[in-house]
Amino acid sequence: MNRDEIQSKVREILADTLSVDEADIQPTSTLKGDLGAESIDYLDISFQLEKGFGFKIGQNELFPQGVAQDPTYVKDGRVTAEGIAALEERLPHFDFARFKQDPQLSKIHEIFTVDAIVNFVQAKIAAQA
Amino acid sequence: MRWMWIDRIIEFQPRVRLVSIKNVSMAEEHLHDHFAADTPAQGDRPAMPVMPSSLILEGMAQSAGVLIGHADGFLHKVVLAKINRAEIASDVFAGMTIRHTARIDRLDAMGASTVGTVEAFLPGTDRPGPQRIAEIDLMFSFIDRNMSGMDFPEHNFVFSESFKTLLRMSGIEDPCGTVGQSA
Repeated sequence: MNRDEIQSKVREILADTLSVDEADIQPTSTLKGDLGAESIDYLDISFQLEKGFGFKIGQNELFPQGVAQDPTYVKDGRVTAEGIAALEERLPHFDFARFKQDPQLSKIHEIFTVDAIVNFVQAKIAAQA
Repeated sequence: MRWMWIDRIIEFQPRVRLVSIKNVSMAEEHLHDHFAADTPAQGDRPAMPVMPSSLILEGMAQSAGVLIGHADGFLHKVVLAKINRAEIASDVFAGMTIRHTARIDRLDAMGASTVGTVEAFLPGTDRPGPQRIAEIDLMFSFIDRNMSGMDFPEHNFVFSESFKTLLRMSGIEDPCGTVGQSA
């Protein structure tokens, strides 16, 4: 499956789980800010990606938890350098460049873009091959 | 007393499938206040009371919720988090029995998704059933492990005494004896 095919299927899944038009789903769209995802939608998206692509997504593999509650990782509402390093390690296929410029915890959802999901799926499929 | 919208569990395969029934009675108060849109009162003829779709959905949520709760011994609070699909094609009237069949589609440490069908039986008529009247797919969250990091009370307020009664009446063992425990 090439990247275009993955992207097409990811858009289909996101349109269905988030009840949005596929036309509104762009590679740079953020799941929460642009597409209106709520916390339960992240679990739904994980389930649908598993079904759609036939792989298993481990807990915290795609949408890691616990960062916001860890005082080492978050101080005064900002993600610390240690926190960013931990996230980068857990999410190697996500782009943190923009977030690093202003690492407010309230903006962490901006890393979860359609492109990031496509990167994740592409890496999972490659790992299976 | 919790508002229960299933009367009995009639089939149960742990972690796979649960089938429950509800007998709809004219004595239920909701039927005194909720009527079919296509059969309004006309002259001396009263409007036709029907079961609200939200309560049919709640019956499915309770059926699927028990199935998911049982999968981890009712140790965690299972709450309905999302309605992925709810297509209800026919009205439900007093005298009908409705049957909910819930199946686990996905289950992990954070939550679960279920797919379900609802069928109706109307004995004593030329269409006694079962007739498929609804398809309801749901998502549940284990709120102790919710993604937003919110805190909830420690005691399991979801699986209350009423669920314990339901399980006992249906001959289903509470695997950890935790259902109905107070704080």
